Amino acid sequence: MRILVCVKRVPAPGSRINVRSDELNVDTAHLGFTTSPHEECALEEAAQIIEEHGGTVTVLTAGPTEAEEQLRYAASVGGTEFVLIPNDSGHDWDPEHTADAIIQAISGLEAAGGEFDLIMFGNESADAGGYQVGVRVAVALDRPVVNGIKGIDIAEAGFTVRREVDAGYEVYQFPGPAVLGIREGINLPRYPTMKGRLASKKAEITIIASEANPGRQTKVRLHQPEERITETKILGDSADAAGPIVDLLDELGVL
Amino acid sequence: MSDFPTKASCVVIGAGIVGNCVVGHLSDMGWKEIVLLDKGPLPNPGGSTGHASNFIFPADHSKEIVDLTLESQKQYEELGLQTTCGGIEVARTEERMEEFKRRMTSATCWGIPSELLTPAEVKERVPFVSEDVILGGFYTPSVSAVDSLETGTQMRKRAQDAGNLQVFANTEVTDIETAPGPKKPTIRAVVTDKGRIECDSVVIACGVWSPRLAEMAGATIPLTPAVHQMADVGPFDVLVETQQELAYPIVRDMDTFCYERQSAGSMEVGSYAHRPILHRVDDIPSNEEAALSPTEMPFTADDFDQQMEEAIELMEFLGDGEIKYAINGLLSLTPDANPVIGPTVEVENLWSAAAVWVKEGPGVGLLVAEWMTHGYPHLTDPHGADITRFYPQQRNVTHIEARAEEHFNKTYGIVHPREQWASRRDITTGPVKARTDALAAFYFEAGGWERPHWYESNLDLVATYEISERQHEWDARWWTPISDAEHLHLRDNVGIVDLSAFQIFEVSGSGVLDYIEHMVVNKCDVKVGGSIYTPVLNSSGGFRSDLTILRLDDDRFRVITGAFDGGRDEYWFRHNLPEDASVQFENRTNAVCTLGVWGPNAIPLLSELTESDLTQDAFPYGTCQKILIAGIPTEMFRVSYVGDAGFEIYTPMQHGLALWDAISDAGENFNLRPVGAAVYGTSGRIEKGYRLMGAELENEYTPVEAGLARPKVKAANFIGKDAYLAAREEDPCAQLCVLTVEDHTCADGYPRFPMGAGNEPVLSASGDRIVDAKGRVSRVTTAGNAPSVGKYLLMAYLPIDLCEVGTELKVMYQNETYPVTVAATGTNLALFDPDNARMKA
Repeated sequence: MRILVCVKRVPAPGSRINVRSDELNVDTAHLGFTTSPHEECALEEAAQIIEEHGGTVTVLTAGPTEAEEQLRYAASVGGTEFVLIPNDSGHDWDPEHTADAIIQAISGLEAAGGEFDLIMFGNESADAGGYQVGVRVAVALDRPVVNGIKGIDIAEAGFTVRREVDAGYEVYQFPGPAVLGIREGINLPRYPTMKGRLASKKAEITIIASEANPGRQTKVRLHQPEERITETKILGDSADAAGPIVDLLDELGVL
Repeated sequence: MSDFPTKASCVVIGAGIVGNCVVGHLSDMGWKEIVLLDKGPLPNPGGSTGHASNFIFPADHSKEIVDLTLESQKQYEELGLQTTCGGIEVARTEERMEEFKRRMTSATCWGIPSELLTPAEVKERVPFVSEDVILGGFYTPSVSAVDSLETGTQMRKRAQDAGNLQVFANTEVTDIETAPGPKKPTIRAVVTDKGRIECDSVVIACGVWSPRLAEMAGATIPLTPAVHQMADVGPFDVLVETQQELAYPIVRDMDTFCYERQSAGSMEVGSYAHRPILHRVDDIPSNEEAALSPTEMPFTADDFDQQMEEAIELMEFLGDGEIKYAINGLLSLTPDANPVIGPTVEVENLWSAAAVWVKEGPGVGLLVAEWMTHGYPHLTDPHGADITRFYPQQRNVTHIEARAEEHFNKTYGIVHPREQWASRRDITTGPVKARTDALAAFYFEAGGWERPHWYESNLDLVATYEISERQHEWDARWWTPISDAEHLHLRDNVGIVDLSAFQIFEVSGSGVLDYIEHMVVNKCDVKVGGSIYTPVLNSSGGFRSDLTILRLDDDRFRVITGAFDGGRDEYWFRHNLPEDASVQFENRTNAVCTLGVWGPNAIPLLSELTESDLTQDAFPYGTCQKILIAGIPTEMFRVSYVGDAGFEIYTPMQHGLALWDAISDAGENFNLRPVGAAVYGTSGRIEKGYRLMGAELENEYTPVEAGLARPKVKAANFIGKDAYLAAREEDPCAQLCVLTVEDHTCADGYPRFPMGAGNEPVLSASGDRIVDAKGRVSRVTTAGNAPSVGKYLLMAYLPIDLCEVGTELKVMYQNETYPVTVAATGTNLALFDPDNARMKA
């Protein structure tokens, strides 16, 4: 099995997200960076598939040089090959641009190493949430695509995937190669081990420079809503709190 | 909010371990209307307490830190929030094994049971340690882990239940208002986003945020937020199977500056080995902005990789553990790695309780509450932690960060008692530095000042006096045989000492006599030109300082104190100024240069430079006169801390260099040599049995025990008088003594030399720890060679029944014992020229 997982470096914010004065970007001064949670799950799923069926997991990201951190993290949790498409412009590419860059990279990777049986994306990125890069890539490569995936079964004939809907699951079946948009909850991603972290430092990262064209979508402004102030009221300590809690639940109509 | 108070006696800001313990103890001591504020939620408002590893290794070289730590363990235990699991420090190097001998010495001194372990013995206690990478261990069974958050909650609750405390979480302090006071601004109110509270005093216990809060009031709390990385790794079957939070001793891997602490099924791995990562207070996110908490900053994995590798070397299974939680945890670093506690210099009734570890938190809470309640703490002498110890040039961010960068990696380091700072040197220098540089002075830092400790230019004297080198590198570190040679040269000829670092205050005005009498023990109403050497006590009768006072005029006194004590003493003298402005205080340190000239040739040499009569008859010992030296106006004070005839000579700073040159030029005919502070502060002093603040003199001991009580007590009232009178009535249970080392030979067959760093116990002849009736341990307070006596001397307080000259005892150094004999006790501890004939020659 040859799997490609595309991931994005995103800030790991607290409950309040500050917007920079240019109103185009989030202020990341206090923030660490992580991999979008849906994509962490995609990577975990891919790692589990190759553990069971054999194969490779190529992890690809388009982003600043610092996104190497996310590739090394991927190396510590099951990724086997790593590709960085550098974007050192200082701002995110729009989805069209990103998709183009990934499509070009995939064609090179497939020409050299064979077709990917599965290409996985996160359902959407944690920061921009555009929901479209995976679909654009699938369309360009003329491969089937399903988003919102919460389960994957592999059989001789191809893939059976489950997609969560309000009332239950939708189940789809299709032959490979295919593109999937994975959702958080499909699995519980592993943490890196100390050995894994140390080994990841030796992981080789392939750099593929992008020749993709800029897209047609321009971010004009980020709007920060007024902060909602919530007040915490302490209802009591230990057993003394029971009465006030019952009263409150009653008031809220829960009881 | 209607129930938000508008008035309080005291507002404590910060509900971490320190703030909570302060309010608990203030309430216990009878304080009412206390308010505790924190900008974060409770019980974990997001400060350093919330991510602390919460373990306590009680053995330390510092008495003050040990006192605070043992008191904290006692309080955690009383609350039932301590788990005693034992702890092992492991060594990978021979240097560390040597350090463990010093650890054993300290542990013996403080009565903390400990033992040295072989690698196999370490493995017996911690089976998953790779014994092949270690050389041994230092095991302390009383190492514990505590629940600092619950302790804080209980402390708070205690004060709330007593009706003395109101607590407000999620309350941001936006300003601390001050009002003009008679001497300096004083606390008026704390302004928050929920309202304004008028109050009499404020305690800042805000950990890494403390500098910001202090700044609101116009004060400084010198510390910087710094990163301590840690990761929670697991789970591991070997730990899960124990079904305990802590089944194994906590391991400190001292040579890699790491620790491994079981936390139920996981292991916490923490490090002080990574590069120093300092932050500014404004770089810390708010509770809302932080992904975890404000002080759990994003983990920078690259900085931790080497520590991981080393941790796996020691405990191989760690490699397979998942890193579930890893942070760049923030803690507070001060310029000298000690806490910053006590009243701030700048604002009356504003207190600092910051840069405190969980292991000292409850003890510091008690200490601060005592200090606020009684005017001075009883728990221990807070000498090293007193925030007023820092001079202005040490309170700024440049200095704080430079020193924090330097000492961060020494958190688990091997630090020599005489170790000198490398950063921020040459910031404060006297007027003769160009000359002392030319004489190849080796400088020690004294309260920020560069002070020559010895002169390489005197190397020839080592052969002249046949001074031996020290064989062990540790004994010889930051030491030179030149010092003993300088000492003997001074005794035979004459030496000049650069005393520019002296701290010089002048107090004057119509009320000055009453004021100065009130400040100190001994009578100050002496003739103009007279001098007073005197203890300065706190209200409980323990030492706050000792210093020399000159009466310059009817209404003007000069107060001279040491470079290490100037900050504390200035605070104390200013704090006690009368409110009616009848006394003016002036710090003249930067205006006055002091040079010392002593030795049998001192009077003849100086007489060449003046027409004044300098003989004892015309210029008696202990008096001060205005004298022209080579046409330079000076004030000469006939006194000696080194035991020979001569003077401290004060001159305006701008004349200092010319004065040095005049004396040096004339000195050629008198065999004058420059002499360093090693002679002035140690060898000369110890031969005369003179006491030193911070060594022999401290809060726990009285002038009676120090042998500094005069036959009579002056009529005037003074701070600590009642306690002093009571101490004079009692039979003292301990007395300061001088001991001689009878045999220096160590087990390896060569001589060793105790340091006198305060942690070397004096033991009975049978090798038992000696404790007096008040529970105070006998330990070496000063150690030094006495070249003119031909002995190596120690000073120590001994229980009264051992204070007989000739009593044979032992001293522990490097975990070995050496025979010592009591050589002097009482008021006169001089073994050299005990009748003081030379000083009065």
